[in-house]
Amino acid sequence: MESDARDILIDVRDVWKSFNGQAVLRGVSLQVRAGASEVILGRSGIGKSVLLKSIVGLLVPEAGSIRVKGEEVVGLGPRQLNRIRRNIGYVFQYAALYDSMTVRENLEFPLRKLTDLPEDEIARRVEEQLRLVDLAEAIDRMPSELSGGMRKRVGLARAIITRPAIVLYDEPTAGLDPMTAHDISDLMVDLARRFGITSITVTHDLQCAHIVADRISILEGGVFTHQGTYEELRKLEDPLVRAFFQAVT
Amino acid sequence: MKQIPTAKLVELYYRRALSAMEEIYGITIFGLRFFRYVFVPPYEWGEVRKHMDELGAKSIPLLTVVGTIMGLILALQSRPTLDRFGAGAFLPAMIALTIVRELGPVITALIVAGRVSSGIGAELGSMKVTEQIDALEVSSVDPYNYLVVTRVLACILMLPLLTVYVDFLSIFGGFIAEVLAGNTTFQLYFSDVISATTFLDLIPGVGKTAVFGFIIGIIGAYEGFHTTRGTEGVGRAATTAVVLASLNIIFVDMIIVQLTLMFFGA
Repeated sequence: MESDARDILIDVRDVWKSFNGQAVLRGVSLQVRAGASEVILGRSGIGKSVLLKSIVGLLVPEAGSIRVKGEEVVGLGPRQLNRIRRNIGYVFQYAALYDSMTVRENLEFPLRKLTDLPEDEIARRVEEQLRLVDLAEAIDRMPSELSGGMRKRVGLARAIITRPAIVLYDEPTAGLDPMTAHDISDLMVDLARRFGITSITVTHDLQCAHIVADRISILEGGVFTHQGTYEELRKLEDPLVRAFFQAVT
Repeated sequence: MKQIPTAKLVELYYRRALSAMEEIYGITIFGLRFFRYVFVPPYEWGEVRKHMDELGAKSIPLLTVVGTIMGLILALQSRPTLDRFGAGAFLPAMIALTIVRELGPVITALIVAGRVSSGIGAELGSMKVTEQIDALEVSSVDPYNYLVVTRVLACILMLPLLTVYVDFLSIFGGFIAEVLAGNTTFQLYFSDVISATTFLDLIPGVGKTAVFGFIIGIIGAYEGFHTTRGTEGVGRAATTAVVLASLNIIFVDMIIVQLTLMFFGA
C-alpha cells in the first residue's frame, strides 16, 4: 500500500555512499511512516550503520536525497543539521556514554544543551527517565561501573530524554545475552508506544527484529533486496532470505 | 641481506613525504579552525576551568620536582666552569637569565607536552573510537568547540602560569645549591638575580609559552580526533602527539628566539 506523502517522516531516495572507491550503498531508497518501526537487517559490514549515520548527517552521501520531516539533510550546514537533529535520538552500538560523566550527567547533558529547562525540571526528568529504563539506582554510577545491558539502557534513556519524534537504533542488542537482548527489545517497543516514536533499527538480531519491527528491509549488495513484515519474509522462498533466516536462527 | 630496488626506495620516500605533508596540512587547517571558533559562542567556560585544573594544576607536582632539580643541577654544573674563568660571582645572574629566557619555558613546555598532549590524544582518541564524539554531534553539540577549543584554551592560559612557577623554583633550586656549597646568602643571591633580570627577559620567555600551549593542545587534539583502528590507534595517537608536540615546540622556539633577538636585542 502506498503511504500518503504527508505521513512519511523519513524519506531516503537513491542514496549512494562509498569508502576508498568501494560503493557501500548503491542507490538505497527507504520511506518510513510516522509512528512506524522499521528494521534494517543485513550481514555485518554491509552498510546498515552507514545508512543510519547518513540520515543523522554524520556521514554525507555522494548522491541521493534524505529528507527528515520534509527537510533535506544532504548538503546542510552544521547549524541547519543541528535543528533537524533535535528531532532525532540516536542509540549507538556500544551506547557511547560519555565516560568522564556519571549516568546522571550523561542524561543531563542533552537537556542542558538542547533545552532551557530549569535545574529542578532537569533533575526530575533524569530521574523519571531512569525509572523508565529501570535503572534508578544507577544514577550516580560511572559508565565503567555498568554492565553491557545497563549501558544500553542508559544510552536509550539518553537518546529519548529530549522526547525526539525519531529514534535511530544502531545494533541495540549487539553483544548482549539473549535474555537481556529480549528485555531491551521489549523496552524499545514500550517506549515507542508510550512516546509515539518513529524508529529505524539496524540489527542482525532476528529476535530483536521480530519483537520491534512493523516492517523489515533486507540490505544486500548496497540496496534493499526484500521488504515486508517478519512473517511475510519468513515465508519467502528466495534463497538469500532463507539463508539469512536460517543462518541467524 | 636482500637489497631494496632504488625505484621502490624512491617510491617509499615519496609516499612518506606525501603523508608527512598531508599531516602538516591537516594540523594547520585543524589549528586555524581554533581562531574561528574561539571568539564565537557558545563559550564553554565551565569546561575550560575543568581542563585548566586537569591539564594545568595537576602538572604542578611533576613540575615542582623538575623545576627545583633543574636549577640545582644548573648551579652545580656551572659553578666549576665559572670559577675557572674567575666569573663565579656571575652565577646567580647566569642562572636567572638562562632559566627565564630559555630553559624554564622550554622545559615546562616539554614536560607538559609529555603529560598533557598524550593525555589529550588518548582521551579524544578513545572518545572517537567509542563513538562519543559522534554522540556529541547528534546531540547538536559541536565537538570541535566542546572538546578542542576548551582544551587548547586551557593549555594557552595555563602554560605561562606554570612557566613562571617553574622559573621561580629553578632559581630557588640554584640558590639551594649555592647555599649548601657556602657560596652565597639569601640576600646576595636574590639581589643579584633581581638586578640581572628585566621585564624584557621575562615577557618574551613567558609569552612564547602561550604559543607552546597552543601547539600542545592542537596537536594532541588533532591526533585524538583522527584516531582510527580502535585501541591500537589510541596508543598511536598518544605517542604521535607527544613526539610531534615536542618537535614543534623546539622548532617554534628556534624561530621565536630569533624574533626576540631581532626585536628586543640580546
